Amino acid sequence: MTSLQTTTPTAAVNPPEPELGQPYVRNENACHDLSIRVRDLSLWYGETQALKSLDIDIFQKNVTALIGPSGCGKSTFLRCLNRMNDLIPGVTIRGLVEMDGRDVNAVKMDEVALRRRVGMVFQKPNPFPKSIYENVAYAPRMHDLVSRKADQDELVEKALRDAGLWEEVKDKLQQPGTSLSGGQQQRLCIARAIAVQPDVILMDEPTSALDPISTATIEDLMDKLKQQFTIITVTHNMQQAARVADYTAFFHLGEIIEYNDTQMMFSSPATKKAEDYITGRYG
Amino acid sequence: MSQTFDDISAQLRRRHRRSARLKWISMGALGLAGLFLVLFFADMLSKGLPAFQQAYVQVELEYNEDAQRMGREAMEPEDAKIVSRSFERLIPGMLRDDPDLLGTTETRWVLANGEVDQYLKGHRSKLSETERQAVDEKVENGQVALKFNTTFFSQGDSKMPERAGIMAAAVGTVMTMLVTLAIAFPIGVMTAVYLEEFAPDNRLTQIIEININNLAAIPSILFGLLGLAIFINFFGVPRSSPLVGGMTLALMTLPVIIIATRTALRSVPDSIRHAAFGVGCSRWQVVRDHVLPLAMPGIMTGSIIGLAQAMGETAPLIIVGMVAFIPDVSASFTQAATVLPAQVFTWAGEPEQAFVEKTAGGILVLLAILIFLNATAVILRKKFERRW
Repeated sequence: MTSLQTTTPTAAVNPPEPELGQPYVRNENACHDLSIRVRDLSLWYGETQALKSLDIDIFQKNVTALIGPSGCGKSTFLRCLNRMNDLIPGVTIRGLVEMDGRDVNAVKMDEVALRRRVGMVFQKPNPFPKSIYENVAYAPRMHDLVSRKADQDELVEKALRDAGLWEEVKDKLQQPGTSLSGGQQQRLCIARAIAVQPDVILMDEPTSALDPISTATIEDLMDKLKQQFTIITVTHNMQQAARVADYTAFFHLGEIIEYNDTQMMFSSPATKKAEDYITGRYG
Repeated sequence: MSQTFDDISAQLRRRHRRSARLKWISMGALGLAGLFLVLFFADMLSKGLPAFQQAYVQVELEYNEDAQRMGREAMEPEDAKIVSRSFERLIPGMLRDDPDLLGTTETRWVLANGEVDQYLKGHRSKLSETERQAVDEKVENGQVALKFNTTFFSQGDSKMPERAGIMAAAVGTVMTMLVTLAIAFPIGVMTAVYLEEFAPDNRLTQIIEININNLAAIPSILFGLLGLAIFINFFGVPRSSPLVGGMTLALMTLPVIIIATRTALRSVPDSIRHAAFGVGCSRWQVVRDHVLPLAMPGIMTGSIIGLAQAMGETAPLIIVGMVAFIPDVSASFTQAATVLPAQVFTWAGEPEQAFVEKTAGGILVLLAILIFLNATAVILRKKFERRW
């Protein structure tokens, strides 16, 4: 134990003081336009506080990974960004989640409008029990993004192409979405999310129910999609965070312990807790 | 000290014996229930099937002057004794409608008297010895025979058993059920949707929920009293009508539909709701486009079973006056009507022997419709069931 402690980087003893919400170390190659600004965000499930005064800036057109042990609040935080926590009774939220200059928790903010701009992909692939085509076409039609059938066809094809699924399903668009394999279903869910042209895509452990090959496909996809969208992903898999994310936030017991450029986070974490987690001491 | 295999086997033998005993007891219970069912069906079929046949007699009709007043004057006196009086009464009317008939003769098959019918079927009959001989003779000549009973399926009730039919009651049942469905289905489904998908989980909704569940267990006759007090006395809905009967049964069916719909809605996985919310559906769009289509088979099954239950209901209809003597098929929702179980109830109380088979025949028709409805429920569920 003592020998390990001596190898701890000195940064852990005196972590640099970042600006509020900013990563300790900025990746100079990444885009630094602000997408979502979070300040002093706290959340309670009934009496239990699940998020404790979080501050974080999410940058546009990057992949931001949220990591941390189970129950640390990373999925809860993710759901704050498109107000999915509204669906859970007994949740109290305080603090600011700002997007495009607007507080998303404001009374005036329509959660439907918010979810139109902040799409979501869930842990378990959950295509609608409708045809592959309908899965993608439903939301754009509902939001009046397309009116003519030809536009709709075009949009479905584009979304499926962007999700890397078109070649596999172009001959069976009328088959049920649930007939696809797990990895294909998850890509269908991604196509469904990007079909409405959101700004942000939230991914809640999108590969945890998938096999390694499907996981790799989705990871490649995330890398491509970040040219168009801001992606925030929760993951249990630290290698995955290291592979796909530009920034990584480490959550622990409802707090953000460290928010850093991914390379820095994995090569020389600034905090002891993050280092212990990354090196596998707990989690 | 550890137990040997022999010790354990000895204990196990006792346990195995006990489970074998329980198995036999439960199989016995099932067998007994099955036996009762078979006995019931056999009894109903043996009593009810003869009702689908009726004695007809071939008579010579002479449309003379006297027949304009008294129909029986058109027949030979001994024929008049075995022909149904219901037919005799039709003759003056026939002559009025078609005056050209006067002075002509014709031979035709007409309904026989109920006593002749019972005699032919080997039941107790009031026919005298000479009448029996006359009937026997005519049977040999092919002038009296049992034929398929079209009257039973085309006419309303009558005090003359040979003339009594199930049609008026069947039409009454259909109309009553239409009213019940039109009221109970939309209200029930929307109530369940509100409680399950929209309402906050608080004290008030919990109280509503408990009360709905209790409503399902209320004796049905109380719904009849409610119908009488509110629909007939307060709102002035015509009594004995399919409208008031349907409304009363709708009250009774509502909790069944609400409970079935809530169960169906609850069985739709939340992941579907999350997916729909995630792409920006409003609450109503989530329900209309995603949850309801998935819950529909369950909702339809529950509703059909609730409706079948209402269809077999008699007690509340007694109170709102639907157990009545209805000789004619009712033409509107506000005319007096009766329903199948009420018709069976009425016939069961008639003194004539011939009504026994009518009662059983009515039960067979009711059972056939119930089995048809339940089969529809099963088929609908199988057809629309979707996997996710």
